[in-house]
Amino acid sequence: MKLKGILIASAIAGAMSANAQARDLTVGFSQIGSESGWRAAETTVSKSEAKRRNVTLKIADAQQKQENQIKAIRSFIAQGVDAVFLAPVVSTGWDSVLKEAKEAKIPVVLLDRDIDPAGKDLYLTAVTSDSVHEGKVAGDWLVKTVGSKPCNVVELQGTVGASVATNRKKGFENGIAGQANIKLVRSQTGDFTRAKGKEVMESFIKAEGGGKSICAVYAHNDDMMVGAIQAMKEAGLKPGKDILTVSIDAVPDIFKAMAAGEANATVELTPNMAGPALDALVAYKAKGTVPPKWIQTESKLYTASDNPKAIYDSKKGLGY
Amino acid sequence: MSAMPFRLPRIGTSQVAALLAILAMNWLVSPQFFEIRLQDGRLFGSLIDVLNRGAPVALLSLGMVLVVAMRGIDLSVGAVMAIAGAIAASLADSHSLPVVLAAALGAGLLCGLWNGILVAVFGIQPIVATLILMVAGRGIAQLITEGRIVTFTSPSLAWFGGGSVLGLPPPVVLTLAMLVLTLVIVRGTALGLLIEATGANAKASALAGVGTRLITIATYVWCGLCAALAGVVAAADILGADANNAGLWLELDAILAVVIGGTSLLGGRFSLVLAVVGALIIQAMNTGILLSGFPPETNLIVKAMVVLAVLLAQSPRLSGLATFLRGKSR
Repeated sequence: MKLKGILIASAIAGAMSANAQARDLTVGFSQIGSESGWRAAETTVSKSEAKRRNVTLKIADAQQKQENQIKAIRSFIAQGVDAVFLAPVVSTGWDSVLKEAKEAKIPVVLLDRDIDPAGKDLYLTAVTSDSVHEGKVAGDWLVKTVGSKPCNVVELQGTVGASVATNRKKGFENGIAGQANIKLVRSQTGDFTRAKGKEVMESFIKAEGGGKSICAVYAHNDDMMVGAIQAMKEAGLKPGKDILTVSIDAVPDIFKAMAAGEANATVELTPNMAGPALDALVAYKAKGTVPPKWIQTESKLYTASDNPKAIYDSKKGLGY
Repeated sequence: MSAMPFRLPRIGTSQVAALLAILAMNWLVSPQFFEIRLQDGRLFGSLIDVLNRGAPVALLSLGMVLVVAMRGIDLSVGAVMAIAGAIAASLADSHSLPVVLAAALGAGLLCGLWNGILVAVFGIQPIVATLILMVAGRGIAQLITEGRIVTFTSPSLAWFGGGSVLGLPPPVVLTLAMLVLTLVIVRGTALGLLIEATGANAKASALAGVGTRLITIATYVWCGLCAALAGVVAAADILGADANNAGLWLELDAILAVVIGGTSLLGGRFSLVLAVVGALIIQAMNTGILLSGFPPETNLIVKAMVVLAVLLAQSPRLSGLATFLRGKSR
């Protein structure tokens, strides 16, 4: 009787596990919220990437609160999802909930942001962009574009103290390092916003002789550049021609400016973090391939030669 | 009594002196500060930037000063800016300008009415009552824009940012017009006196027959209207509505402008003109920092030091101390 019971139980368990392999994956995604257009685009792209791979994606919007994310992860564990994607709102305080996931044998993949190094064994992999590298790609483009001509650059920084701003500044400086002809003459914070980007650029133009001595603008994000472009136009300058522009993020509006010949280059912070994460997860589930701890997304450079109009059309529906 | 010695005007001297001092400092850090030329039919120069960029806070301070004079405060003006900007930008390409303006300014009036009713009818402390809209208002604005930056191309709305009136940017002219209008309404009638009386002693004023409740609501409504106008100007400036950032923390700048302008947070006497001067002081300082080329990490410290100096210069205790010391040394 006892033996029979065990046999039945194992038969059921066997049937269930066979079932588990046959059915498609279910992934719980704890998203930060929708604090920026990029974030909204990331959510949209995650949905479509999951659909493309027949993965059921359950998205929980945490409205910028860690406790909501922890609650969401616990509920994903209770539902028995196959994996958890987490875009952590802060870098610390994840140990206990990630241990719960580990005990339940549910792999966790971090998207867009990393967590405290102490938790390295608690997640499968982190899919993030390297913001130092983004800055360097922008710097490299400028070096290649101006050649040996002297070039005074003004910089619109992100919010003072934000790690993205610090990194993008460092990367750009690495990119132009050793080029005696390229000089960073002014650098101020535009708080990542259009309005401040415009105001700061207005002052730069006045402080640099009506903008005549400025050869290029580097902005830590596209929104500030959109503001700066307006400031240049109102000062009677031709952005993209009189003054070169290079910025980061690749939001739709910068492609609009590029199509109008008013912007030169942007480095993409791809909203597709879920794609590489799903690929790694599928390989891990199917063949047990353990991915590297860090999957770096591509920081692609776009210029006017990349058909900006078409990119604008493809990006504008993503929720930016 | 008849032989009054010549004295500087009782109020306003220190504010105007502070503004001139900051403008002079700007000229030192950036010698082209006072240069003005014509660019595409519009005056162009750092001084114009100060006026143009200072316009939103100056508009906010016009409403804020009345609320503060009534011993109230309005923390929601930044959020109201975001709402009005979001409405204006969303409607700009599909509706005519009068409809766009009516909707945006109407929203501001409603927000002000909400605040006024909470304060005057339900007796909620102003700082808490307006905090509700400060938090919720940005959420409302984000709902309107769906969290995106809504851009528009309508040239009629864009005029409010990039057009010109006799060479001056429209925000400057608009602020000036609002200042004159507010002056006429408040100082041209007994309203200003009633506001000051209520702010100084609400109970005594009510007993004396002043309609304090109605006046309180009216000041919040005016504050909401001014904020909505500032929101339209801010949206027109960047040709879009950025609900996350439009007017962010500007309520604090507006309150600071009012205080620099010599109006006490405890209510009573107020000055509209000096509140606008206060807004210009703040903006002259901001523009000066941007022109100076100091590293951005020092922005906030420089700002705080200048504000401290301006406020200390107005301190009656400090000037009393100075008089006292002068008397001693004589």
